[in-house]
Amino acid sequence: MTTINGFINAINDELNKNKEYLTELDGLIGDADHGINMARGFNAVVTKITDEDTDIGATLKKVGMTLISTVGGAAGPLYGTAFMKAGGASVGMTRLDSETVEKMISLALTGIKDRGKAMKGEKTMIDAIEPALEAVRVGIENGNSLIECLEMAIVAAEEGVEFTKSIRATKGRASYLGDRSIGHQDPGATSSLIILKAVTAHYKTKVLEV
Amino acid sequence: MKKIINQPENVVDEMLKGIVAAHPSYVKRVEGFEILVRANSPQPKVALVSGGGSGHEPSHGGFVGKGMLDGAVAGAVFTSPTPDQVFEAVKAVNGGKGVLLVVKNYTGDIMNFEMAAEMAAEEGIQVEHVVVNDDVAVEDSTWTTGRRGIAGTVLVHKIAGAKAEAGGDLQEVKRVAEKVITNVKSMGMALTTCTVPAAGKPSFVLPENEVEIGMGIHGEPGTHREVIRSANEIVDHLLDKILADLNLAGGDEVAVLVNGLGGTPIMELYIANLRVASVLEEKGVTIAKTYVGNYMTSLDMEGFSISVLKLDAELKGLLLAAADTPGLVQN
Repeated sequence: MTTINGFINAINDELNKNKEYLTELDGLIGDADHGINMARGFNAVVTKITDEDTDIGATLKKVGMTLISTVGGAAGPLYGTAFMKAGGASVGMTRLDSETVEKMISLALTGIKDRGKAMKGEKTMIDAIEPALEAVRVGIENGNSLIECLEMAIVAAEEGVEFTKSIRATKGRASYLGDRSIGHQDPGATSSLIILKAVTAHYKTKVLEV
Repeated sequence: MKKIINQPENVVDEMLKGIVAAHPSYVKRVEGFEILVRANSPQPKVALVSGGGSGHEPSHGGFVGKGMLDGAVAGAVFTSPTPDQVFEAVKAVNGGKGVLLVVKNYTGDIMNFEMAAEMAAEEGIQVEHVVVNDDVAVEDSTWTTGRRGIAGTVLVHKIAGAKAEAGGDLQEVKRVAEKVITNVKSMGMALTTCTVPAAGKPSFVLPENEVEIGMGIHGEPGTHREVIRSANEIVDHLLDKILADLNLAGGDEVAVLVNGLGGTPIMELYIANLRVASVLEEKGVTIAKTYVGNYMTSLDMEGFSISVLKLDAELKGLLLAAADTPGLVQN
């Protein structure tokens, strides 16, 4: 058995491991702080969550509130909103199934789009999350397990991150570069992929233990 | 990285404490928050709150005082402050006449300040906000998030602050702020980028003989790189872009801000200003007021920006009104 706290800690570990990498990506087309900000936010989050937090929805809402009040920049409101919306789709739950995960990602994505007034193809985190959501939906239609759905989501999100290299940013600070943003990978899409991979890897190790 | 710091994670907190230690008659800290407000805040007038990432000092905390800001919120270096911080600042300065938020046009700043405005509105505080977007280096189209807010923001603080000090109501102060935003255009360039303390190394490296034109105030790249030219040629290039956007005619009056980005000697700023003054004089444009110095910096970046504000009688009167803040004293 694992707890939502285990997942949150897995995300924190991976973001801290990739702190410099994300900051370097941001330095090329932004203001060189994405990894630092995400690590600061999740370092604060893990001090507020324990194994006593069993309600997945309530916990994710707490994660979202903490990110909003500690990350700053654009990532704070966007990831904060995403976690709060995902929490709204999983209130009272202690286990997750594919349908709930689909709903969580779907509401998180809508929240990000509304807050950031952005859509797919603008070189943002949406370019990783939207393909991931579509992959989960395909997995559900095919009757795949949750782990299979998540693995399909990772492949789709990886392609999405790769896709951000080929396009010009039209949202966020990288948009000021115009065509000079082409060729560079979006740090926000990359952090979304890191979170998805961390959750999936943690889920796989824990499911094997059940 | 060589910097006069203790730990990178403490730079904002220690800077704010240092400002209060230096200027206790002007500013005080809102306990538990990264906020500076006037020492005798709140005032029975419309309050102005600005803020953004740190690293732009004296913006914005240095302009808290009579005739300019009532509160300044300091985020982490180059990172917008969070909504709860901005909301606390609004509450701390609200004297019952409403609060105007002056926001620079960056995605993060807008989201965080808008969330704070929503929180304040829910508590019944009258809040309005304006977005400064004076940087003509950036294309203003549906393909970008619009132009960035840079040094022209200081002139918004000065003029809207004077209007609030004179007893203008929230809508009047907002109208004047928007008039400044419409009429102020800026553009900068850099010889080096800057080093964010927590990152420990420069955001990118410019070759020894190259400069970045249209550089932002966060170490983010500008429009293009070129081989360095003389001060006069650089000024001419920046002014061309600025004036193309301002439609100045002979007989017009302007204010000029030649702003250092943190690492450039004041000597070089005055050399640049000489050229600005002579180009404008040649065009028959009168300079009513010139500011030269470090007003909106970018940590240790070497470089400068030029801002030109087209004045009318109202803006001129407010620009020349008295101000008394740690970063700007004007009688």
